[in-house]
Amino acid sequence: MRGWPDVPRASPRAVLLALGLVAALCIALFMTLGVQGSWAFVLPFRAGKVATMLLVACAIAVSTVLFQTATGNRILTPAIMGFDSLYVLIQTCLVFFMGSAAMAAADRRLTFAGETAAMVLFSALLHWVLFSTARRSLHMLVLAGVVLGVLFRSLAAFLQRVIDPNEFAFLQDRFFASFNNPHGGLLMVSALAMLGAALLGLRAMRSWDVLALGRETAIGLGVAHRREVTRIMAIVAVLVSVSTALVGPVTFLGLLVANLAYAVMPSFRHVHVLPAAILLAVISLVGGQMLLERVFAFDTNLRVIIDFLGGLTFIALLLRGRVR
Amino acid sequence: MPRFALALALTALLAVASLFVGVGEVTPRALLWPAPGQDALQLLLVSRIPRTLSIVLAGAALGVAGLVMQLLARNRFVEPSTAGTAEAASLGLLAAMVLTPEMPILGKMLLASGFALAGTALFLGLLRRIPLRSVLVVPLMGLMLGAVIDSVTTFLAYRFDMLQSVNAWTAGDFSGVLEGRYELLWVALLLTLAAYAVADRLTLAGMGEAFTTNLGVNHARILALGLGIVAMVTAAVVVTVGMIPFLGLVVPNLVSMFMGDHARRSIPWIAVAGAAFLLACDLLGRLLLYPYEIPVGTVAGVIGAALFLHLLFRRDARLA
Amino acid sequence: MIEALGVTCRYGATVVVDDVTLRLPAGGITSIIGPNGAGKSSLLSVISRLLPAASGRVLVDGMDVAVTPGDVLARRLSSLRQDNHLPARLTVRDLVAFGRYPHSKGRPTAADRPHVERAISYLGLEAQADRFLDELSGGQRQRAFIAMVLCQDTDYVLLDEPLNNLDMRHAVAIMRLLRRAATELGKTIVLVLHDLNFASCHSDRIVAMREGRVVMQGPPEAIMRPEALREIFDIEASVHEIGGDRIAVFYR
Repeated sequence: MRGWPDVPRASPRAVLLALGLVAALCIALFMTLGVQGSWAFVLPFRAGKVATMLLVACAIAVSTVLFQTATGNRILTPAIMGFDSLYVLIQTCLVFFMGSAAMAAADRRLTFAGETAAMVLFSALLHWVLFSTARRSLHMLVLAGVVLGVLFRSLAAFLQRVIDPNEFAFLQDRFFASFNNPHGGLLMVSALAMLGAALLGLRAMRSWDVLALGRETAIGLGVAHRREVTRIMAIVAVLVSVSTALVGPVTFLGLLVANLAYAVMPSFRHVHVLPAAILLAVISLVGGQMLLERVFAFDTNLRVIIDFLGGLTFIALLLRGRVR
Repeated sequence: MPRFALALALTALLAVASLFVGVGEVTPRALLWPAPGQDALQLLLVSRIPRTLSIVLAGAALGVAGLVMQLLARNRFVEPSTAGTAEAASLGLLAAMVLTPEMPILGKMLLASGFALAGTALFLGLLRRIPLRSVLVVPLMGLMLGAVIDSVTTFLAYRFDMLQSVNAWTAGDFSGVLEGRYELLWVALLLTLAAYAVADRLTLAGMGEAFTTNLGVNHARILALGLGIVAMVTAAVVVTVGMIPFLGLVVPNLVSMFMGDHARRSIPWIAVAGAAFLLACDLLGRLLLYPYEIPVGTVAGVIGAALFLHLLFRRDARLA
Repeated sequence: MIEALGVTCRYGATVVVDDVTLRLPAGGITSIIGPNGAGKSSLLSVISRLLPAASGRVLVDGMDVAVTPGDVLARRLSSLRQDNHLPARLTVRDLVAFGRYPHSKGRPTAADRPHVERAISYLGLEAQADRFLDELSGGQRQRAFIAMVLCQDTDYVLLDEPLNNLDMRHAVAIMRLLRRAATELGKTIVLVLHDLNFASCHSDRIVAMREGRVVMQGPPEAIMRPEALREIFDIEASVHEIGGDRIAVFYR
């Protein structure tokens, strides 16, 4: 088997530092490039965008890495397993049963809390079904996951066909991935939800390293596997709700940054991998948005840029054997 | 083989039902004794028969194309829409629309096939160059390649203000099928028959290059042949009715659970099951919100997913 | 002492372990043998709480494995499964160090280091210690996993086919190592073995299973007899005593 035993490995800290610098540079450029007119207006406006992107970057990166740890693979992401489609489905159901008028009138923070609760509940169910029946084979899990994703997407598409066009416009407005109109109240609630998830997670960081060794080994080493996986699933549900509520589904970003993080990070520990994934997500989002605004003058959308550049990077990594 | 005859009969029944379901009234009675002012026969000939035929052809061809893809890539999770094939065909169609809008549909299909072929060949070529290949890396690579190609398509479509038409192709829908606009799908049938003719060699290719060479068969040639079949089927379907994702994944996997993986035995089953599945989905799509229609892609997603999960878990519980 | 009391285990409708009651006293090496599909691995999995039993209980030193907290048990009992694949990219030393997790909760102390180095050198992996697992051969990887389990330093060690993928030299080395651990450190070692003669030469006790049941148990002399082997495996074997060990010959 081929390997790279002779390549000297950078320390995790050096990698994090480098990523942090690039991320900071991206943010600085984004804030200052091409400012016309009053700085007092532009800076807070752009800061709002950056804050949204930071939150989304954290949510997507962390949820993907944790999900992959819990399922013991590097291909499945919450997005591929249909978690964000599930969120879209829940929202669609709400509009379907309550009507857009009621939804628009309700406090956005309140509906967000309700939707998140529904997400946690659903993902618990999903997790129970998947892990009680298909845990013996990763292939089964992947197949089931992809299928579930299609199921949620199709159900949502079905309901969206059924509701009337005005309500559909209301929904579409909520799901269009865009950082141009951050919702202040939602931002605060999301930040709080993330903080809660972080508190729930911080203490478990080290047992997650063990979890990544697989169920049997983890149990053998005394980690309460079921409890930790449940905890991760709850965190993932909250984080996916946050990112989807803020900007809508961004399918490939999680897969991309998680695998990039595994590839560039010489350590497997979550203490190192999680920050690396977050920084990579920040770089992708802020850098992509910058390209979008300055180079393409809004003539395309963020997903196109991320899919294109990210996909190419990823394939290059695959070819060099850095992703497996 | 009585079970196969039963499956055929069921499919035929669905096809007949498909002829008589829709907004315009087509009943056997209306056909035999046409009321004045209603031309049920005309409707049947121009719309219903073409629609039913195109569903049968597309369903059978996509199922078999999925199987061929899975054999060639030696991976269960691959189908034209997880290997860059469908995305490349869409890009080719966009190129045809933009560069030569006047080109006849056969020309467009050939161009789309060319793109699909290039995309799939690129996929397999990249696969060969991955140093450490695991089962799951294969569809991952396909998804990523598809995303890259798709982003190029979206980018160009946005530039040329054709995003809406692109979205219309990607969602498979049979409601627009009329006489004179689906005949390309007969090409897909020919290709499906071709796949059946070389079924044994495809099975061999599925066991790997070493295995194939050991038995004195030229691996590169089967690969090229299979690739050509998959690319042209995908292009024909994308050009005429749009992409129906997932069918190529679900149907061969389901059939494989019962029949194993010998292509000669499974291809007829896959073709029939693919046609029946798509017929049932299209019928439901027409009936559920009557008189409105739900696109077949949506229905196929829901039903296929539910069916697949059910069988997956039942089988898992039985065998594991 | 490990006690399995009326353990039954099934996948779907298939019963793989059928009402097994088995007492393994502390100390020594016990090998579980039997034809394919006899339920050996499943029984081992139930004992190491990787698989829930449909009915029956397993007690390790009187603690019920189904209800004892995982971390408590992990300091008492370690186990290794048959095929070990890792999604994560780890070096050998990283992996072996995880054996200390039950003791240090992921914050390795100075006291843990010698354990890790000792386990690595026991298995002769010094040269590979900083290589990634996926760059190693199958046998080297297998030894790395065994090193992790030994590094866990528990009274009970359960290994499912530890000799998989190993060449003769390393297979013998590992069996000797286990022998030493049992004799000098008083560990209780339970193995699932496919190689009958390895089981005969190194075990204190052999448990023979067939069709989910324990059909025979006893010292190697009691099991390594032509009649017994016929009953367990349906093979005709002649048994020869060579240098004090009983060797079954069934190759022709």
